[in-house]
Amino acid sequence: MDLGIILSTLDATLRLSTPLLLACLAGLYSERAGVFDIGLEGKMLASAFAAAAVAAVTANVWLGLLAGVAVSITTASLQGAAAITLRGNQLIAGVAINMLAAGLTTFLGIQWFGQGGRTPQLTTDGRFQNITLPFANELSGVPVIGQIYSELISGHNILVYVAFLAVPITWWVLYRTRFGLRLRAVGENPKAVDTAGISVTKLRYQAVLITGLLCGLAGAFFSIAQGSGFGNNMTAGKGFIALAALIFAKWKPVPAMFTCLLFGFLDALQIRLQGAEIFGIDVPVQAIQALPYLLTVILLAGFIGKAVGPKAGGVAYTKER
Amino acid sequence: MSSALLKPLPRWADVVLLPLLNLALAFVVSGLVVLAIGQDPLAALNAIVTGAFGNGYNIGYTLYYSTNFMFTGLAVAVAAHAGLFNIGGNGQAYIAGLGVIAVALPLQFLPWWITFPIAIVAGAAVGGLWGFIPGWLQAKRGSHVVITTIMFNFIAAAIMVYMVVNVLKPAGILAPESAMIAPEGRMPKLGAFIPWFKNTDVNFTLILALICLVGAYFLIWHTRFGFAMRALGQNPTATRYAGMSNSRIIMIVMTMSGALAGMVAVNQVFGVQYRLVLDYVADAGFVGIAVALMGRNHPVGILLAAILFGALYQGGNELQYVIPGLSKEMVVVIQALVILFTGAMEGLFRPGLQRIFMALSPRQKAGAIEANSVKSGG
Repeated sequence: MDLGIILSTLDATLRLSTPLLLACLAGLYSERAGVFDIGLEGKMLASAFAAAAVAAVTANVWLGLLAGVAVSITTASLQGAAAITLRGNQLIAGVAINMLAAGLTTFLGIQWFGQGGRTPQLTTDGRFQNITLPFANELSGVPVIGQIYSELISGHNILVYVAFLAVPITWWVLYRTRFGLRLRAVGENPKAVDTAGISVTKLRYQAVLITGLLCGLAGAFFSIAQGSGFGNNMTAGKGFIALAALIFAKWKPVPAMFTCLLFGFLDALQIRLQGAEIFGIDVPVQAIQALPYLLTVILLAGFIGKAVGPKAGGVAYTKER
Repeated sequence: MSSALLKPLPRWADVVLLPLLNLALAFVVSGLVVLAIGQDPLAALNAIVTGAFGNGYNIGYTLYYSTNFMFTGLAVAVAAHAGLFNIGGNGQAYIAGLGVIAVALPLQFLPWWITFPIAIVAGAAVGGLWGFIPGWLQAKRGSHVVITTIMFNFIAAAIMVYMVVNVLKPAGILAPESAMIAPEGRMPKLGAFIPWFKNTDVNFTLILALICLVGAYFLIWHTRFGFAMRALGQNPTATRYAGMSNSRIIMIVMTMSGALAGMVAVNQVFGVQYRLVLDYVADAGFVGIAVALMGRNHPVGILLAAILFGALYQGGNELQYVIPGLSKEMVVVIQALVILFTGAMEGLFRPGLQRIFMALSPRQKAGAIEANSVKSGG
């Protein structure tokens, strides 16, 4: 393999990792605060639809992004109301959100645009364009380093950079701020947080809203950055791969980035290979597709390392009666 | 806190009134969505009901969909009694198709009534295996059954695509599907015996579903093992102290749950399609969650809820022809709202309802105060 193929595969890896990373970090906030979220997929799907619908009508990508994020945050609040205020089952709330998003996006899409659930093709103003970083063109002639800079680092849309910037920010918020300390505490031992006079409910809502924000960005990436319009079930289970990545990364931001890059790489590899041979062995595409899930199962079972989630995860907090 | 003063609801209110209230709310919200896009919700409801129950043809298809939902509803319910949330019904139902087709094709020269039980066993075995592994991982390795079953849904999907496209697809056929069962080995549909059903897809698997419902009732409430699994669901510490093996119960329950979900494959592969196609499960596993929640994990409730959702699916199919613009995805919305209101937002109506019942019944109020004083005294 020459450098060109390697670079283009890695380039695709970055692109394919982006929604995974955004959704994975989204789940991280929620789950670190003790609210299990299997509804990442639904929030992304809802956002992808809203972003594409608004971007198509207004021909303004930023309004599209705003709509996507707003819808995702609204959905997250609904989930929060069920899981935090009403102390309902968090997992069932997630299932309901996924199903609601799948149904409503198609239903409204058919009703509004009449194209079998697709939104109209977006114009240039309606989607995020790739950004050429400074000096990328000038340096493209420099062997290796210049090529890496101009082909791999430069030339992505803004959400790709936002996603990878969100990793150090999340790390800093989680481990270097008072909010982060409380967030982690509320996922491990909410009673201690409560005893310290801090509202468990408020903290968990804050976490869930951040989850909504990040899922909104992830969803918008599908329809108004990577694609140019919404298609039925566009997120295609990526929310669950993000969930797998979150577990695989043991609920930590930096490992989350590497896991999402790995899963994104597998995806890029799978698209590139399409049944080609690796080291003389005919590896089915489906085996590579199933690998992220399989790895997560194996890790969760403690066969390689051990993934233990936040202790208070999945349980609604009830103050002492 | 005031909720400590609330008495539990009377049983009939808990199993009938509350689910109906939640269902009504789901319908009202869906109706508002229909209204918001400028359509008439009552006309839509009328189209759904007529499409589901209008004549024998409609009822036949309603029952065909219901058959799948009875199995997946039972799968969720059986696991739920043991305190396990099996979200992997989709994967279990899907992969079980391998077992069904693996016996149905080689035995296609035999009469269907010999192959049918064999197909049931094969589907149950493969579906059961897909439930057993997450159960085993939960019991022995402590991995959360919810996460594992989600992952297993996707692993099953990948395996099925590979098997159908690379292994089962006969040469010379373009569509991704297995060979067909020979006509003489196919199970006739119920319409062949009851002309009223016309040529609909409802078949003998419906009878199997009804038998499973009755069997589940006896298993859960009238056997030693049923007691053990319910005890585990209520209090795992108590079952351990009583000398029961929690991990054994978990593994058996998850196997049964997977086997029940696997019966969807019998309905679809052996009863309707006569071959293995892709994605025949069509999210029946997730509908099962709604059915089990709505039916309060009881076979009678599951039967009624499965018919309700079967009717919604069949009615939804007809809806798009009667009212252009309203697509069948409306049904998915209703179903999602049912799950949301009955499963995740139960707290919406329950406290209010409890207050109403207490206000209506002075005896209950006295009982609640007494119960509370005992609690705070001890």
